[in-house]
Amino acid sequence: MLQGWVIASVSFAYLGVLFGIAYFGDKRADAGRSVIANPTIYALSLAVYCTTWTFYGSVGRAATTGIGFLPIYLGPTLMAGLWWYVMLKIIRISKANRITSIADFISSRYGKSQSLGGLVTIIAVVGIVPYISLQLKAVSNSFIILLNYPGIVMPAKAGAQPLLQDSALYIAMILAAFTILFGTRHLDATERHEGMVAAIAFESLVKLLAFLAVGIFVTFGIYNGFGDIFDRAELVPKLKALMTVADSGASYGSWWSLTFLSMLSIMFLPRQFQIAVVENVNERHLARAIWLFPLYLILINIFVLPIAVGGMLHFPDGSVDADTFVLTLPMVERQEALALFVFIGGLSAATGMVIVETIALSTMVCNDLVMPVLLRWKALRLHEEQDLSWLLLSIRRWAIAAILLLGYIYFRAAGEAYALVGIGLISFAAVAQFAPAIFGGIYWKGGTRQGAIAGLTAGFAVWTYTLLLPSFAKSGWLSLDFIKEGLFGVTLLKPQQLFGLAGLDEISHSLFWSMLANIGCYVAVSLRRRPDVVETSQGTLFVDVFRHTEGAGRSRFWRGSAQVQDLLPLIGRFLGPERAREAFLAYARRHGQTSIEQLQANADLVHFAETLLAGAIGGASARVMVASVVKEEPLGIDEVMNILDEASQVRAYSRQLEQKSRELEAATAELRAANERLKELDRMKDDFMSTVTHELRTPLTSIRAFSEILLEDPKTNLANRKKFLAIIVKETERLTRLINQVLDMAKIESGNAEWHTAEIDLHEVIEESVAATSSLFGDKRLSLDMALEGGVPKVMADRDRLIQVMLNLLSNAVKFCEADRGRVAVKLSAGGDAVRVDVEDNGPGISEQDQRTIFEKFRQVGDTMTAKPQGTGLGLPISRQIIEHFGGRLWVESSPGQGATFSFTLPLNREGDTRHEERTEK
Amino acid sequence: MNRSIITGQRLAAIFLLGCVLFNYPLIALFNKPGEIVDIPLLYFYLFGAWALLIGLMALAIERRKE
Repeated sequence: MLQGWVIASVSFAYLGVLFGIAYFGDKRADAGRSVIANPTIYALSLAVYCTTWTFYGSVGRAATTGIGFLPIYLGPTLMAGLWWYVMLKIIRISKANRITSIADFISSRYGKSQSLGGLVTIIAVVGIVPYISLQLKAVSNSFIILLNYPGIVMPAKAGAQPLLQDSALYIAMILAAFTILFGTRHLDATERHEGMVAAIAFESLVKLLAFLAVGIFVTFGIYNGFGDIFDRAELVPKLKALMTVADSGASYGSWWSLTFLSMLSIMFLPRQFQIAVVENVNERHLARAIWLFPLYLILINIFVLPIAVGGMLHFPDGSVDADTFVLTLPMVERQEALALFVFIGGLSAATGMVIVETIALSTMVCNDLVMPVLLRWKALRLHEEQDLSWLLLSIRRWAIAAILLLGYIYFRAAGEAYALVGIGLISFAAVAQFAPAIFGGIYWKGGTRQGAIAGLTAGFAVWTYTLLLPSFAKSGWLSLDFIKEGLFGVTLLKPQQLFGLAGLDEISHSLFWSMLANIGCYVAVSLRRRPDVVETSQGTLFVDVFRHTEGAGRSRFWRGSAQVQDLLPLIGRFLGPERAREAFLAYARRHGQTSIEQLQANADLVHFAETLLAGAIGGASARVMVASVVKEEPLGIDEVMNILDEASQVRAYSRQLEQKSRELEAATAELRAANERLKELDRMKDDFMSTVTHELRTPLTSIRAFSEILLEDPKTNLANRKKFLAIIVKETERLTRLINQVLDMAKIESGNAEWHTAEIDLHEVIEESVAATSSLFGDKRLSLDMALEGGVPKVMADRDRLIQVMLNLLSNAVKFCEADRGRVAVKLSAGGDAVRVDVEDNGPGISEQDQRTIFEKFRQVGDTMTAKPQGTGLGLPISRQIIEHFGGRLWVESSPGQGATFSFTLPLNREGDTRHEERTEK
Repeated sequence: MNRSIITGQRLAAIFLLGCVLFNYPLIALFNKPGEIVDIPLLYFYLFGAWALLIGLMALAIERRKE
């Protein structure tokens, strides 16, 4: 059943499903409901790391080096532990600067240098093209092997087939078309491809399931589990050797260098950068991926060794390439469906890698290689074009086609020279060259553009000489002499034993020398001079990204003048006029303006425009383009340093300011409370004035009225005269009493009152007061109970003042008691260090609300404006002042309807008194 | 993302632990013939250590308070 057309149609159906997913993902993204906004999808899409090199190649590597395939996956697992610091920082920087590729990242960091971006692009393309050709080779080989089913036939040398019959050519063309459809459907200012990411996540799932399926089939279907396979392997010396690594320094060394290499690759392979950084929807997703992605890696590796051992047991003569065991084992067992599934799994591994990698590379080629050249090429008159977005898209499409074509050419030319895994490692070593410039760039402000260029150039040159050229030589393009004899016959220049360094495998050897050259040149050249203005400002923005993202720090380093009507058309030329207007309008709204015309072309807006443009054509070109329409006044290095100093000072000031404002708020609250209190007092004073004037007017009115009668009517009889004069005297007394009380209060309040403190007996005081008020009791026919404890100690107080208090309390009790039925009780008791006096009545009682206010000055129970007041409202406040003066306490306990009990205590010693004196003096 | 300092330090510690577990001399201890539950010693050790690291990372990430 595995005819060519079946395989082809299943493959196309699979690609159709992929496209459907991508289409759906893009639609959902446009509708604002992202399907990839999910940490699990993010982690799955990161598994684009596992290409056909993993899918087919791991088994091949395991068949020759045993456990040696593992460092490629252990490295990323280790690196994931550092993502929390490193990857998060890179993502934050990239989002803040709208960075769209690794070339853009490096060139932005080192002063938005176009030459640096170009260099990175060239290294990436040269390093990655063999890797892409590897995918073509894997798909084409697996297709040919499957086509020969049920026979197991290894594909002939690639170059042997005529061009038009070569399946790899068609695969390359299909992949190119597919990638163009996926990756360049429209020009996005952020260069994100949600649909593509959804498809990649799906592909990761497919390849994992396919590999697990074949692993389970081999381990448990062909053999009886892990134990069985390893037991059989024990019997074959060649297989037994695979279970350990050679116990030598060199093998541990290469183990370490492969781990290190893969740690760098997981960060800096263009496809990993694209997925992990550029396509990242939300940096929170990174957290889950830190453990989910390594989990994916361990799952896809569990069955590698069993499949390798199983394959070697099955094909002991070596007629079948170990790279194909994943496919050939199901085939030889006549599992057609499984074999087809494995083929699809391999296809998904290849397409995932090719799609993301070519999109990433095409962005770099377009933004950092082609556009800078085109924009400088005056003859093209590009600056007169109104809309260049079509140009960007078509450059990218051509770049995708060109990269795949390059991959195919390499595939035809290199042929079978290398096993799959070899090519992958060469690519890894190429992208590892980015590490010093990036790590240095995000943690060290001292790196300069020349330093980065020198480091990258030196590392790339050493890589080319020690890895790429020897691989060309092994492919037969170059004479093998220079490997064996060294360049020009100089033994020290042997590319794989440079300067006589022998005993390392070629990857470790190349990694050591290229990293030495790269880091050495980067640091040494960077230290030759101080970073210039742009490098300092960009360096600060990158290294201190966690401090700068929230504020408007980005535009601090720009000074000059610009016009909105210059900026808008510029952005419109690259993004399309419509989208540019939308973006500017959104910016205007964010800044509280309703239209673009109201926008001020200040430093913030210029930065916004440049960042927007950077998303489309890369940071370096964006800077050049924006600089062409605005007039920038260059800042001196000293000014930049000043700004940085100012920034830290400003931070300190703002902290102080916050502190001050908190203090101020507290003070304001206090003041407000005091003000409320004052207003209340003022209101109470007004109330009192009206009460007092009312009180004063009443006796005055009657005094005046009776005086006038006496004056105008001399014939009034004697009895009436006497009566009238008696009223006048009584009213005058009332006036005097009122005025005395007001004066008394004022004296006590101001501390001018006279106190005649002596030892007094409260017993006497109470009896005297009761005697003085007995006529009041008699008038209303109230009963009075006395319960005075004997032997109460004497207290230090002013006798007259205490009598005043007692009289006030007693007369209050009388005032509020009903005639005939009223009962008043006076109690005296001693307890602890105080004596206590209670005056209890059975009047109407005092509501809780009133209990709080009756001790305040000028307050009376009841409405003073309507009911006739029962007193001056000063009696209780004066009493309380007196008691408190002697260190005692005066309070009331009551509930409405239950009568009221006024109580006071006086301390037995004089401490309270002296304390009080001190307080009043203040 | 909440840049919790303690989570970052835990992950860095796991990274360092992994560097030790996956390198000479520790792997040399297990680099000899022999089997544990029918699985070659080195193979068993590497996958065990690997799973341990992933478990620790999952623990550090999922149990942090955001």
